[in-house]
Parts: sequence; structure tokens; C-alpha cells
Amino acid sequence: MSSCSSMSSKDNMLHVLAVDDCLVDRKLVEKILKSSSYRVTTADSGKRALELLGLGDDNVSVQEAKVNMIITDYFMPGMTGYELLKIVKESATLREIPVVVMSSENVPTNISRCLEEGAEEFLLKPLRKSDVSRLHSHMMRSS
Amino acid sequence: MALNQQLNAHVRFMYDQGLLEELQFDQLQQLKDANNPDFIVDVITLFCEDTDRILGELDKYKGAPVLDCYKVGAYVHQLKGSSSSVGAQRVTLACVNFRQAFEENDMDRCRQAVNMISEEYSKIRKEFEKMVQGSAHGMLAKHTAEK
Repeated sequence: MSSCSSMSSKDNMLHVLAVDDCLVDRKLVEKILKSSSYRVTTADSGKRALELLGLGDDNVSVQEAKVNMIITDYFMPGMTGYELLKIVKESATLREIPVVVMSSENVPTNISRCLEEGAEEFLLKPLRKSDVSRLHSHMMRSS
Repeated sequence: MALNQQLNAHVRFMYDQGLLEELQFDQLQQLKDANNPDFIVDVITLFCEDTDRILGELDKYKGAPVLDCYKVGAYVHQLKGSSSSVGAQRVTLACVNFRQAFEENDMDRCRQAVNMISEEYSKIRKEFEKMVQGSAHGMLAKHTAEK
């Protein structure tokens, strides 16, 4: 049985944080991203995503590993993807991270407010492999 | 080999019946690879477990004299998303139907829509179960043969 990832190759892999409250969608986005050789961490809420990014309520949490992109669902209970986007863009430490928002609903006002707030792209679900290849250009390279 | 053919025939049947959306399900099949040969089975299983849970929640609201359309709507929204992602298009349509009934403030239609969601889900759940069973046996048979 072969394994693609080893400790050294993980460091070179671009790391994506995928946020979605829907279990099935999380699995899908994770698989699509992994099959494009990205390293993926998933979160089931905006709150959890912020904890993983080091902006949790408990100041103990540290950003585990550098994140090169955040991809988030729009409609989530608690904190929406839009709200998460705003918090990320307002954070001095996180604002440089490109954020992509996805939604199963095609609502023009939601799309424009996300783009205005600094989202790189707004993708319609269900996500396809072809969508992911477009994300590559938005990825933040590690400095 | 024969089992793979069986699986393909089963999937084709589901496409023909309109139970599965070919474009989307095809995408899922393409994601299967050496690292994750069970991907389809995993996703389908996940979908069924998640939907069983959602319908369990909906059952609690069904009995009420006045349907809490907001709470129900939140669950239906979740199901709309996940069903769309696996290509379970008739379930997705049933969810859209609920949304329309909700927007028209039609309580009776909302109730009917919830029932329709359950019905459509039962249909595809049965087929997904067959698919998963068939796959597991296929995996086991292949694994044993390779030893």
C-alpha cells in the first residue's frame, strides 16, 4: 500500500482549511482538494475554523500549520461564511489568507457582498474538480 | 470484475430512473482512486447516516398541530445541500418543493412536502443500500482473490 504523504512532502503541500457544517459536503470538498494534492483540514463551523486559525476564544490555541487558503460554505448556523470572511479580513494576522466562499444558493446580493468583503471567488455547489483547478491561482504562497 | 459490472448496471438503472443525477454522481466516481477506493461507498454511507439523523429530527416536528416551518426549513436546507452533492436529485427536488411551499406560507403544502422528502429518500436509500452491500462483497471477494 503506497502513501502519498510523508513528513517532508507535507511541508511543501499547500494547506487548505475547508469550512462547512454539512458532513457530506465536507467529505466531498476534502476529497476534491486532496486529489489535487492539497493538504486539507476541515472545520464544521466558523467558530471552529477561527480556533484552528488561532483566533479562538481561548487564547491558548495556536495556528497549527500555515493555511494557504480558506474555503467556506456561506449558509452555516451560528456564524455564516460571510461573517467568517469578515473576521478573517479584519484580522491583522489572517487578512492575507485568500478566502473562497461557496454556496448551493445562487443569491446575487450574497455573492456581491462576499466579493466586496474581499473573497477571491464565489463558487456554486456542488463543487466540481474543475472549480478546484481554478483555485490554484488564488493560493497564498508561503513566504 | 463481474461485480463491477453489476455496480455499473445498478448505477445506470438509477440514472434511468431519475434517482441519481448522472453528472454529479459521475464526478464522485471520478474521485475514487488508489488511496481511496471506497470513496463512493463512504460518501453514500455518510449521506444515509446523516439523512437518517435529519429525518429523525423532522419526525419530532411532524406530529405538532402547527408545523414549525422555520425549524423544519433549516433541516431541509441541510438535506438539500447534501442530496445535491451526492446526486440524489429527487430528494433535492423534494426539498426545493418544501422551500416553495414555505415561501407561499402554505402549511398544508409544507406538510405534504415533508412527506414527499421522506418518500423520495426511502426510494434512494434502498438503492444505495444495495450498492453498498454489493460493493463490500466486491471488495472482500477481490481482496481474498489477491492473497
